[in-house]
Amino acid sequence: DIDGVGHKYHLELVLEDVLDKDSTVNCTAEILYHLGNKNIAPDVQFTIEGELKNTDEADNIFYNRIKSLEKELVAENIPDNHGNISPEMEPVRLLAWVASGYVIWQNSTENTKFQLAQIKHVKQVKRSDEYLEFDFMILLHEMVSQEIIPWQMTVLWHPQHGVQVTR
Amino acid sequence: DQVLHIVPETFQQVQLLQHLCSSLLLDLWKPLLPEDIGAGEDLHMRVPAPLVQEVKDSLDQHMISYSVLIPDVQELVDHSMPRERNSPRQVPDGYDYTQYHPMEEIYQWMTEIQNSNSELVTQHYLGNTVENRPMYYLKISQPSDKTKKIIWMDCGIHAREWITPAFCQWFVKEILQNYKSDPKISRFLQNLDLYILPVLNIDGYIYSWEEDRLWRKNRSPHMNGTCYGTDLNRNFNSSWGSIGVSYNCSSIIFCGSGPESEPETKAVAQLIERKKSDILCYLTIHSYGQYILIPYGSTTEPPSNSEELMYVGEKAAAALMEKYGTSYEVGSTSLILYSNSGSSRDWAHMIGIPFSYTFELRDKGTHGFVLPPDQIQPTCEETM
Repeated sequence: DIDGVGHKYHLELVLEDVLDKDSTVNCTAEILYHLGNKNIAPDVQFTIEGELKNTDEADNIFYNRIKSLEKELVAENIPDNHGNISPEMEPVRLLAWVASGYVIWQNSTENTKFQLAQIKHVKQVKRSDEYLEFDFMILLHEMVSQEIIPWQMTVLWHPQHGVQVTR
Repeated sequence: DQVLHIVPETFQQVQLLQHLCSSLLLDLWKPLLPEDIGAGEDLHMRVPAPLVQEVKDSLDQHMISYSVLIPDVQELVDHSMPRERNSPRQVPDGYDYTQYHPMEEIYQWMTEIQNSNSELVTQHYLGNTVENRPMYYLKISQPSDKTKKIIWMDCGIHAREWITPAFCQWFVKEILQNYKSDPKISRFLQNLDLYILPVLNIDGYIYSWEEDRLWRKNRSPHMNGTCYGTDLNRNFNSSWGSIGVSYNCSSIIFCGSGPESEPETKAVAQLIERKKSDILCYLTIHSYGQYILIPYGSTTEPPSNSEELMYVGEKAAAALMEKYGTSYEVGSTSLILYSNSGSSRDWAHMIGIPFSYTFELRDKGTHGFVLPPDQIQPTCEETM
């Protein structure tokens, strides 16, 4: 409890690679939830012990595949209602996941617990530069209120330059 | 392999295509036989990969236009294959417990289960839903002269939690397949009756299949049909309407117009109330989160037998973890999850049922409510 400022949490956690359960990395973090103004995202400071796996090869394969599409990518319901995802859409889902992490961070308080529930719609936006741009309509599930919150996000990505979310 | 779509224009073309199909032994998908190929009619034929170019050349040569209906048959097959079934016979035959089933099929399944296991299983009517659908539970009871204690389990109180009806069905199958051979199960059934309600919120479940996959409540109309649904797990008579609810229909945790205002709630409550002196354990299955929750949600005051509840819960979580390493957290709802009133678990305990638990099955949010079918089997096996 930090008077007049907010609540600070010190966390020790283990990060697990979603694609490779045996790959884990230790992490320590400090989160500061600001008092009062709920429109400010919590401050996050963290350190990772060791290195994250290099994903250059998979990134480039996905990047090149999208770059070489004749028509802009359009898709709905990822995963489908039964939970299935086609292999070609897996990277799209991973991208949405990462981007939704940013959205979730920006909107989290001590009383929320968000998860990405489903991608309702994704549309690639043509660009003249080397970035890939996607317009997503996603559904977030908030555990405490149990609400499903639709959210629109525009995501920029490049294998070397990472993910950017411009809402 | 590719599937080509052709609409022959002339009789000459028809003859040509018939000849092509017969001589190359092509797999006709439509029509069934070469002699049924007709001018102006759709023709779908599967051409093995090594012959694709030859066939296309031949069509081009004879100026027969075609389109590629399926560019890669193997890919399509791979994607639509359900999980490999390693268990030999299912009960009933051919029912796939590793896929999600719509309500129609679950109704049929219940009838078949009763028919093929009539010495042990009876189907009982519980009541009707808002949209007038019948609610049934299955009673698994070994005939004996002593009255047995009851374990009650309901699934699907929240429409979008599809893994839960899948689990109830799996559970029934496991018991019926193994009660003769498995000493633990047969001892169980000597002393206990099992009451299983595979889908409590039938209207909501159907709605999640047909309209909105992430629907949660039932389908009771409010405000002149401008707003739908009560959260059945806020509608029971346990500190109803006090905390963790909304009085507004548009909210996803709307507790209804009063305790037990919903026919589904009433149907379940009536039966359990009637049998409560014999009910040892009340289980209600939800997803997701991987928790075993003990009362209460409406207050942080622990129930009278909280130590025992925790002890049994911890044992269950440990046993569950043994199977695939999945970790479940055990604790009181109000302490480890969130506060809520009107839950069925709280109510069951308040009327005197000693062991009352909410299970929140896989996962922890990676897939959430939309758990892929390949996780049905491991989830059910470990929860078993």
